[in-house]
Amino acid sequence: MRAVRLSVVTAAATAAALAAVTGCTEKGSSGSGDGAISVTATDDKCEVSKKEFPAGHIELDIENKGSKVTEVYVLFPDDRIVTERENIGPGTKQKVTAEVKAGDYTIACKPGMKGDGIRQAVKATGGKVAKRDPRLDAAVAAYRKYAQEQADTTLPLAKTFAEAVKAGDLEAAKKAYAPSRIGWERTEPVAESFGDIDPKVDVRADGLEAGQKFTGWHRLEKSLWEDKKITAEDKTLADELITDLTDWQKRVGKAEITPTSMANGAKELLDEVATGKVTGEEERYSHTDLVDFKANVEGAEESYELLKPVAKENDAALVTELDKQFAALNTLLDKYRTDKNSYDFTSYDKVGEADRKQLSDAVNALAEPLSKLAAAVVK
Amino acid sequence: MTETPGTPETTETTQTTEPTASAAGSTSRRALIGWGGAGLALGAVAAGGAVAITRGSDDVQTVAAEAGGAIDFHGGNQAGIATPVQDRLHFAAFDLATDDRAEFVQMLKDWTAAARRMTAGQTVGEGAYGGLAEAPPDDTGEALGLKPSRLTLTIGFGPGLFEKLGMADRRPDALVDLPQFPGDNLDKNRSGGDVCVQACSDDPQVAVHAVRNLARIGFGKVSVRWSQLGFGKTSSTTPEAQTPRNLLGFKDGTRNIAGTETDRLKKFVWVDGADTDDNSAWMEGGSYLVARRIRMHIEPWDRTSLQEQEDIIGRDKGEGAPVGKAKERDEPFLKAMLPDAHVRLAHPDSNHGATLLRRGYSFTDGTDGLGRLEAGLFFLAYMRDIRKGFIPVQRNLATDALNEYIQHVGSAVFAVPPGVRDKDDWWGRALFSKEA
Repeated sequence: MRAVRLSVVTAAATAAALAAVTGCTEKGSSGSGDGAISVTATDDKCEVSKKEFPAGHIELDIENKGSKVTEVYVLFPDDRIVTERENIGPGTKQKVTAEVKAGDYTIACKPGMKGDGIRQAVKATGGKVAKRDPRLDAAVAAYRKYAQEQADTTLPLAKTFAEAVKAGDLEAAKKAYAPSRIGWERTEPVAESFGDIDPKVDVRADGLEAGQKFTGWHRLEKSLWEDKKITAEDKTLADELITDLTDWQKRVGKAEITPTSMANGAKELLDEVATGKVTGEEERYSHTDLVDFKANVEGAEESYELLKPVAKENDAALVTELDKQFAALNTLLDKYRTDKNSYDFTSYDKVGEADRKQLSDAVNALAEPLSKLAAAVVK
Repeated sequence: MTETPGTPETTETTQTTEPTASAAGSTSRRALIGWGGAGLALGAVAAGGAVAITRGSDDVQTVAAEAGGAIDFHGGNQAGIATPVQDRLHFAAFDLATDDRAEFVQMLKDWTAAARRMTAGQTVGEGAYGGLAEAPPDDTGEALGLKPSRLTLTIGFGPGLFEKLGMADRRPDALVDLPQFPGDNLDKNRSGGDVCVQACSDDPQVAVHAVRNLARIGFGKVSVRWSQLGFGKTSSTTPEAQTPRNLLGFKDGTRNIAGTETDRLKKFVWVDGADTDDNSAWMEGGSYLVARRIRMHIEPWDRTSLQEQEDIIGRDKGEGAPVGKAKERDEPFLKAMLPDAHVRLAHPDSNHGATLLRRGYSFTDGTDGLGRLEAGLFFLAYMRDIRKGFIPVQRNLATDALNEYIQHVGSAVFAVPPGVRDKDDWWGRALFSKEA
């Protein structure tokens, strides 16, 4: 998942959760009560009573004096949402609360609920400023580099696949298919963070929304294995795949990555395995699910290894458990390939129910403690 | 229902018992009602006679049930056996995923801590919200705001556990593998297990929450092998309360062992010192559990004439009276029943006195793909020795006329250790600690 999307969600959820908790336990810890910030929205103005306030719990008292329904946002500098309130009718008042750390924010009113809105820069000061751990900064930098490398390495492999499709060479295309996906699968949380690319390259037939065209890897997978032929349209799709992956390669370096998004991204990779690969849904035509499975685990392990020094300090037992479970899952996966350096895995349709259950159990055994990694990193 | 097995009718439990019920006092209504059993037993039986008794007035019990109070987790025997039967069940069987005894013991301690909190109506660990935003909460949250609902959590150890942890010598002789019974059509995906957890509650969400959270804590140490949801306790014993009916439409569990019947519990349910040797001394205060998933052929049963239904069971459908008798609780005259009547074959008098404490639940898992109701009785019976309890009764049921309408499709046996005595104690301590 989507590191970026994730962080947005997390921020919003955090704000909501903290607001809920704070609401009952320590109201007024900083900006609430008489310290509330008044926001007066009209059709062409967004007036804020204070442009600077203490970090912590803030409360906005919003009044819509305009003629249109409006909405009010508190935004991070990169436009991620801290908190929001929609559907504020003309002449009505609403409150919205949030928990904010020191830093710069934007308050935006959107009369008519459209566009970027009328914006005011505000600043939260004091309070607890998140400490930056240089080791975590280094981990993030290293992971960013890893994500870029995966994209860089993937492109030529994807081109080999696309060329085979365009040449109408069914067997060569089949052979090149799974390897072309490894880099993407390893960094799926980052790759998926580009909400516009993911649906074009990695959508599955059952994930299509109304009106959405079926494109990308799995569309070609269907042609190669299910339809057993390469059409003229497939050749066009192969080109589109390269275009989209090139876009990914160019943008991957800009993805927002934080230590917690790395940790949760690792867990999400296991979730991908648990929901899509273990069931055989991901590669339903080619049955190359174990290749994706392995790549997801490798990507998760990369994040984990980078965060491990800090996690170990905070929760040594967790690290011991994770080392053990990663090793166990990798050992299990090795049963399905004869050469440990190859990605030539057993076709998933040949993996029986009992073995799938064993794989599923091993994923649960790893993913559950992995879900605690984020906490161990930020403790 | 079903009878199951055997069960003798006996059964049931019930009630009131002492158990605790903390809350409100008491006993609960359910308790009263509950039957438990398994089997269909329908009424059978009588076991020994005993009828259960209930204690207390209806008022008290009603209050207790409505209060959704807590049942004390601690005690010499585990709660969930002789304590009042609740309405709902989530039963889960796990396979061991580790052969490291220390790791498994730590899990048992973690499970005990979580169970202690959940049965008291509290959240697991630090709760379902309010913690670190970037990490999943300790508790999954779906039981927030719900009452303790008389949740009981009962653990058992299956035969495979002793082997896998290198403790084959500690496996009690009374924990035998069941023989193949005529008519069994066991699905291995609904059978066996190295560890089981029986979660009973008046609120299904509370029971499901408990199993879900224990499964989560157990990942890597144990993996879920199968699980079963149940509703409508099918056993009990309360003269004053209406005897529940199983899915065959017959009253079930008329004569289960009541929780107040100390003597019968001692005689038929609790393992005592005389049953054990050095290797099995850890079972003192425990019991043995037989779990059977009994599918009912509902549609054929529903097309069966009333006369035949009553003949098969050996009791009438309206009142539940044994053949030739007027009232449900009249002592059955077995010879008046057809030789293959269920009650007759399941009755302790037909089984050299063998008596089980039943705690079964009805289940309905939707339909089976052929449009048939996937339903029946999830039979749970506790006993002092499987060799003297379930096996002879089930053997005797080989000729049961009811067999045409039921089929055993799942089966498992567990050694259920004694209770967690206090806050420093944990599930299975006597088995895993030398000094225990």
